[in-house]
Amino acid sequence: MPIGSTPPKFRVRIDQDQCMLCEQCIENCPYGTFRREGNRILVNSRACTGCHRCIAMCPRDAIDLEEKPVAYRSHPIWTREAREAIFNQAKTGKIVLAGMGNVLDVPPIFDRLLLDACQVTNPSIDPLREPMELRTYIGKKPSRVEVTTKPDGDIELLTRLAPNLRCETPIMIGHMSYGAISLNAQLSLARGAAAQGTFMGTGEGGLHKRLYPYQDHMIVQVASGRFGVDIDYLERGAAIEIKIGQGAKPGIGGHLPGEKVDESVSGTRMIPVSSDAISPAPHHDIYSIEDLAQLVRGLKEATEWKKPVFVKIAAVHNVAAIASGIARSSADAVVIDGFRGGTGAAPRVFRDHVGIPIEAAVAAVDEKLRKHGVRNEVSVIASGGIRDSADVTKAIALGADAVYIGTAALISLGCRVCGNCYRGLCPWGIATQRPDLTARLDPDIMWENVSNLINGWTLEIAELMGAAGINSIESLRGNRDRLRGYMLDENLMNVLDVKTVGAGA
Amino acid sequence: MTETVTIDAAGLHYTPLNQMIRSAVAAGAKEIVLNNVNGHRFIGNGLRGTDVRLIINGVPGGDLGMFMSGPTCIVHANAEHAPGNTMDAGTIYIHGNAGDAVAHSMRGGEVYVKGDIGYRGGIHMKEYREKKPVLVVGGHARAFLGEYMAGGLLIILGIGKTCPVDERGIGTGIHGGEIYIRGDVPDRHLGIGATKKPFGADERERIRPYIEKYCMEFGITDSSLFEDEYVRIGPASARPFAGKYTWE
Ligand code: SF4
Ligand code: SF4
Repeated sequence: MPIGSTPPKFRVRIDQDQCMLCEQCIENCPYGTFRREGNRILVNSRACTGCHRCIAMCPRDAIDLEEKPVAYRSHPIWTREAREAIFNQAKTGKIVLAGMGNVLDVPPIFDRLLLDACQVTNPSIDPLREPMELRTYIGKKPSRVEVTTKPDGDIELLTRLAPNLRCETPIMIGHMSYGAISLNAQLSLARGAAAQGTFMGTGEGGLHKRLYPYQDHMIVQVASGRFGVDIDYLERGAAIEIKIGQGAKPGIGGHLPGEKVDESVSGTRMIPVSSDAISPAPHHDIYSIEDLAQLVRGLKEATEWKKPVFVKIAAVHNVAAIASGIARSSADAVVIDGFRGGTGAAPRVFRDHVGIPIEAAVAAVDEKLRKHGVRNEVSVIASGGIRDSADVTKAIALGADAVYIGTAALISLGCRVCGNCYRGLCPWGIATQRPDLTARLDPDIMWENVSNLINGWTLEIAELMGAAGINSIESLRGNRDRLRGYMLDENLMNVLDVKTVGAGA
Repeated sequence: MTETVTIDAAGLHYTPLNQMIRSAVAAGAKEIVLNNVNGHRFIGNGLRGTDVRLIINGVPGGDLGMFMSGPTCIVHANAEHAPGNTMDAGTIYIHGNAGDAVAHSMRGGEVYVKGDIGYRGGIHMKEYREKKPVLVVGGHARAFLGEYMAGGLLIILGIGKTCPVDERGIGTGIHGGEIYIRGDVPDRHLGIGATKKPFGADERERIRPYIEKYCMEFGITDSSLFEDEYVRIGPASARPFAGKYTWE
């Protein structure tokens, strides 16, 4: 019994009085929303994904796009999304894939945490006049250092320091692979990160030759698929990250369909053209924390202990205990990816329902590591839904050393969070490999957007710190007293270890 | 520097041992003999040099030759788990048995095990252009052999065994490469996505050079290895998951 089609999600209209028939909209929409008939541009709203490319490129502001009001009988429980997902699965019997981050309407905890500012006593610090220390070292720190005084009076450090990444800002760009995003997008991100003295992840798709100039600012990833991993790749990265899980799809592997594996993607992944790139759910050489430690040490041994090794996990219920195991595995940093993390494609049910918010995860991990006396032995990087400098500052106050941004960095390249990345037709040239689309993103120009974004946020963090009377990021880290919970329940405030608004020092 | 360097591994941690191997290679050594190896992990990890031979006397620990790119390792004993893990190029000969996850994610080079291997042998091996990893096992293999295999060749000779792989999960999720097992295995042992394929003269020729190499290294003269029937297992489809997903 056919269900028929579902109503279009968007309504696109053209103001024919404004339109000058330049056909920019036709050219810019890879989904085929527009066509010309005679002296009119006609619209197929059903094809629209809400990517906004047409609006951005129309010279006449002639295009009007709105989310189409639901045509079903309204119902508070059986939402349009719930019903349409059932229609879809009733027709196909398959797993529904979705792109970008969690779409459930759950309030971000970040928005219910408020930062502090100084008044009268303990005056605030003016970042214009005073040095503000935002430089962040990611990696192991010794719990104490031993020094000796040489005969000439010089002090010599006896303790051997582990290699650390030196970031000029606590903001890094997380792992988005070549394959999931275009090479031009990766080039823009890499150059932008390098310009700001920070780092970016390669994702699990290997390292393209054109990124070699930025390799000192790149963290190479080793995922269960081991794509593109050889000794040369490991040696090129500034650091190595083992990906165990990701916030958008905790507990499952990844899968780049064969049709996206073109000649160039196949070269960096080191697999044949058109072959499916399957990352199994577990690493098949890791079934315990001891096995993880074996891989961490294996990677360090391969690179002669010159590079920090990170381990990335999704924020899950038992995240603190898992992170504590990772801290003992010789890893230099644990990356925690919260349930708002973005992705090119994930089963919708995982994206929206598995994992926990990054705010609670970071607080719990920081607390557990401190309790176990190993917090100094490992850095904590928070990711998954960091939207602005306030989120960064709050994440650090909750216990992170630094953050990874993903979606925010893509938005700086034009991404409109339309969530259609899995279709490989990204009109902004980001989540696509189609040459005519990737050509829309010029890395020689767009890197500046990325650089500007990080710079702007970094300035804001300095201002927020100054207002709170803090002049060094070290003093902000884990400083829960600079946060107050607003409209949060008591249990959650206990996990976050923050006091309520109105509670003084 | 002489062409051969001998290192006594007794009491050494694996990092200084690997450092000694690296500096010997850097100084031009072509053959490095490691004596008293006793569970040292990561031997030859990330080592380069196509003309370098490591002779290992004793039992190496896990991840022998991990990320290795070129050298040949000859082990005169058993080996622990995952020899050849994510190896890029080179050859490993093990004159004994080996543990679990042998040749895990290997992307080039060859591993020969005289005796048996444990679970998950050849798991997630993959190939690219001229890089076609090969794992040859003389004895038997345990469950989950060749799971998620994405390329390369896996050959199980089953010398002295009636059923060389008498456990389940052979080739689950396989989407490239081939598994050859001498004799036959029951269909119920095949994993999802794996299927038996015809074994003809072409296939026999394809595996012959590797069996010859096996016999040469381990001093085995047994013509039945070349004449017997093999069961050939490959992917039922190059896209095992293509039908599993739909779009939002
Ligand atoms: S881009 Fe704007 S002006 Fe140009 S054809 Fe489309 S609607 Fe008309
Ligand atoms: S990357 Fe492209 S396809 Fe993905 S959400 Fe952004 S605009 Fe849409």
